[in-house]
Amino acid sequence: MSSEMYLKMRQNPKFQQLVKTRGRYAAFLSAIVLVAFFGYILTVAFSPSTLAVRFSEGGTFTVGIVAELSMFIGFWILVALYVRRANTEFDALTAEIVEQAKTDIATGSRGAA
Amino acid sequence: MRRLATAAATFALLLLPALALAGGPLEGQTEKQPLNLHAIGMFLVFVALTMGITYWAASRTKSASDYYTAGGGITGFQNGLAIAGDYMSAATLLGLTAMVYGQGYDGYIYMIAWFVGWPIILFLMAERLRNLGKFTFADITSYRLDQGKVRTLAAVSSLTVVIFYLVAQMVGAGQLIKLLFGLPYEVAVIAVGCLMMVYVIFGGMIATTWVQIIKAGMLLCGGTLVAALAMSYFDFSFTRLVSEATVRFAEINLVKDASGALVGKDLLKPGGFLSDPVNAISLGIGLMFGTAGLPHILMRFFTVGNAKEARKSVLYASAFVGYFFNVIFIMGLSAIILVGKDPSFFEKGAISTAAAAGKVVGGNNMVAMHLAKFVGGNLLLGFLAAVAFATILAVVSGLALAGASAVSHDLYARVIKKGKATEAEEMRVSKMATIGLGVIAIGLGILFEKQNVAFMVGVAFGIAAAANFPVLILSMYWKGLTTRGAIAGGITGLVASIVLVFFSKLVWGDILGHTAVNAAGKTVAIGLFPWEQPALFAMPAAFLAAYVFSKMDVSARAKAEIEAFDDQWVRAQTGFGASGASKH
Repeated sequence: MSSEMYLKMRQNPKFQQLVKTRGRYAAFLSAIVLVAFFGYILTVAFSPSTLAVRFSEGGTFTVGIVAELSMFIGFWILVALYVRRANTEFDALTAEIVEQAKTDIATGSRGAA
Repeated sequence: MRRLATAAATFALLLLPALALAGGPLEGQTEKQPLNLHAIGMFLVFVALTMGITYWAASRTKSASDYYTAGGGITGFQNGLAIAGDYMSAATLLGLTAMVYGQGYDGYIYMIAWFVGWPIILFLMAERLRNLGKFTFADITSYRLDQGKVRTLAAVSSLTVVIFYLVAQMVGAGQLIKLLFGLPYEVAVIAVGCLMMVYVIFGGMIATTWVQIIKAGMLLCGGTLVAALAMSYFDFSFTRLVSEATVRFAEINLVKDASGALVGKDLLKPGGFLSDPVNAISLGIGLMFGTAGLPHILMRFFTVGNAKEARKSVLYASAFVGYFFNVIFIMGLSAIILVGKDPSFFEKGAISTAAAAGKVVGGNNMVAMHLAKFVGGNLLLGFLAAVAFATILAVVSGLALAGASAVSHDLYARVIKKGKATEAEEMRVSKMATIGLGVIAIGLGILFEKQNVAFMVGVAFGIAAAANFPVLILSMYWKGLTTRGAIAGGITGLVASIVLVFFSKLVWGDILGHTAVNAAGKTVAIGLFPWEQPALFAMPAAFLAAYVFSKMDVSARAKAEIEAFDDQWVRAQTGFGASGASKH
């Protein structure tokens, strides 16, 4: 039963669409995080003075503080974006795929259950 | 008192591998302080409350699912708080405040490195963990592979991570409690061990989760209160806080500039110890992927009802963690002025000057506590001390439960009994395993009182990043992974991280006493492996071994395992067939 369901779902073009869209979205967001974070770490390692540059003469805000605060906030916004899209669009699509497979099996193999 | 300062200053090493780069070994004991009645009183209230919860949880813990994962009935918000609780240890509060106080901007760099694992866990793992797993992460790695072998490996590496981490926490707890509460070291270690056993044995995951939630709430409130009160001294102006702190920091910390003249150090410029790019990247990788391979963190994803709640857990957890790190940054900056200029917090009343660094009473790790006392008197100090104790207790409980599950669910029920154990038997074994872990933790905790245990957390994170994470992520994403590949990858990661830490300066130099004479003519401890963090090397080695051995495996079993991936893939994506929330 389970295996049949999995086969049905796999054959559903919507499943391929779900995997592709969600996979791309997750990879895109991960790439932003990795590039920003390791770019920052490399700056720490190779050019620490860049991070200490003040935006205004004698001012409070340095490149480093702004960069890091933006990462805290920005990464969290990415998290929120992913959760919102996954919990609505992707979950709705998933539910559709599961329902479709159930219907297919019920109509295709009536009485065999 | 000097030994006290050294020991306390390096306390963070026990719990915070990141700080391993920052200082020397834990070479001595902390000194017993006078009994702190406010702290003990408030801590007893916490214990009474959590005991009540454990009693209530015990009545609701009927099935194995209740015991291991709270029946999957925790909401995303609750789990988010609990995860944040697991993640924000006493070392986060004390160690990072001390780091900002002593080293300025470097402390902030560590905070983002600790934070950045969370988005990655969400994007790559959270929903798959929930969709494929039941009680332990070995459920996922062994999903289509050989149950006996892969589970044994996962259980061994989980237990190794848990024991190293647990002992480091216990030693840290003993030292900290001696400092904060004025209790003898042994009493502190035994108390922590016994309370941990009670929570886990009687209350299982339900009690552990609620202990975690309450503690996270206390920590967030306590930290916020201290930071807000501290900000009031600067008219709530971040600009004023930073400029005053920058001036003070430059007064007492001098560095040589390009021409060799002594100048004030810039508070907001990254300091020295991340200047080695290999170390910096290895640290980033180790913290990011280590988090994603810690058994007690992974287990939290099975306590929620479905993938939706699992995602929400990360949303809330990362909000709390990110917020708290910024609160700590403010606490550290305020402490530079408020604590740093107050002679009552320094030994012999001698605050730091450009000529001589003053010694903070109790060591730099006490800076957060001194700040609490400065802004809120003994009552707030007592509260924050109680929070620190509660924090240790909650973290060790989570660890013990994860370790016990590896023994009972993976080794006993699946490997030894081959799935034929009843739930009652499995839970009984789990409780026995908890007692075993508790005894080991107390015993080793007392044994290691005077030892440098900093390397232990390095091992724990190293194994998590290099042994657990590669096998886990490949089993979820790579169709070609076979049993042989998983075993090869896991063992490679396990051995590589242990060996690299063994030959690093922390163990080879500081503990085993290998030294060399450096360029300045000084005798210093050395390591054969020149970096502190093994992740950059051990993790790729594990991936490579898993890949090569999977590719070389052409057995019929390997073929069947590869074919089984398709069904697993659908389940991982859709959650169909995933274990749901508890029936009752």
